[in-house]
Amino acid sequence: MHEFSLMSSMMDTVRESAVQNNIMQVEKIKLVIGKLSMALPDSLQFAFEALKKDELFQEAVLEIEEKEITCLCSNCQQSFMVNKNYYFVCPECASNKVEIIGGRELYIDFFEGE
Amino acid sequence: MVQVRMESNILGANELMARKNRNIFSREGVLAVNLMSSPGSGKTTILEKTIESLNGKIKIGVIEGDLYTDQDAKRIEQKGVHVIQINTEGTCHLDAGMVGKTFEQIPLNELDIVFIENVGNLVCPAEFDLGEDLKVVVISTAEGNDKPLKYPLIFREAKAVLVNKIDLLPYTDFSLEKIKEDIAGINPSAEIFLVSGRTGQGINEWNQWLLEEVKNKKS
Repeated sequence: MHEFSLMSSMMDTVRESAVQNNIMQVEKIKLVIGKLSMALPDSLQFAFEALKKDELFQEAVLEIEEKEITCLCSNCQQSFMVNKNYYFVCPECASNKVEIIGGRELYIDFFEGE
Repeated sequence: MVQVRMESNILGANELMARKNRNIFSREGVLAVNLMSSPGSGKTTILEKTIESLNGKIKIGVIEGDLYTDQDAKRIEQKGVHVIQINTEGTCHLDAGMVGKTFEQIPLNELDIVFIENVGNLVCPAEFDLGEDLKVVVISTAEGNDKPLKYPLIFREAKAVLVNKIDLLPYTDFSLEKIKEDIAGINPSAEIFLVSGRTGQGINEWNQWLLEEVKNKKS
């Protein structure tokens, strides 16, 4: 829902860094998005295509890596994946004291250009 | 070709602001409650009932988030508490910066609790930390049972879930058993309160819990 504003602020961050690194044309931007985050990769792609009008971004492609929801059990230290049931309970010892260690990512990994 | 590694969190700016807000809430000893739900599940009515019952026991402030109108703020104002309106002008959630800007207009140091009523939406508000002490989600029996599994993040983050419009239960297919089971899977430590903003049912239990949280914040 807020993918346009996320994408626009992400592009501002890249733009700022491109200037600092003397990059005139961005070729690729790599994002990492966790499956528990509320940002949808398709909507981010759509927003990117709609927003990449200026010279810096017009040739750029957006690559999005999705991360699974991963938890670590605080009781038995077992790590496990959570599927679409969103069942945050350890499959090993049935403890519900679990910490989310993956799936909330929402960051720019890197960008490339020249 | 140059590769620039960023590892830069897209919501980093919001998180910085949220940390600032959290420090201010802490310094002033005020409990900040971020109230979230779909549109129409009854946040404002619950807030009205909560204020009626807590007023006099603790000092209450409200930050009202709304897209364009001040209808909710006007309703709350009639209860005689401090209200600040934030109009997001189309943005589907409150962010930490918007909340921080209200601090000049609200006497936090005189308050025990501040409710932040978020924009009605179960998607975006879940991502934006406002610096609150606790998140509370309201879901109503009229909305159906599917909300926790469709919007897991907001339910995972909530410290309490209010199941509202419990008076309508006999007229819906809503299953209390199923909702408790789904919430227990997503967030086993969440407190669940069955309430009715209309009849006042369950409001007392919810308020006792809030009073306890206010006490914990001050100690």
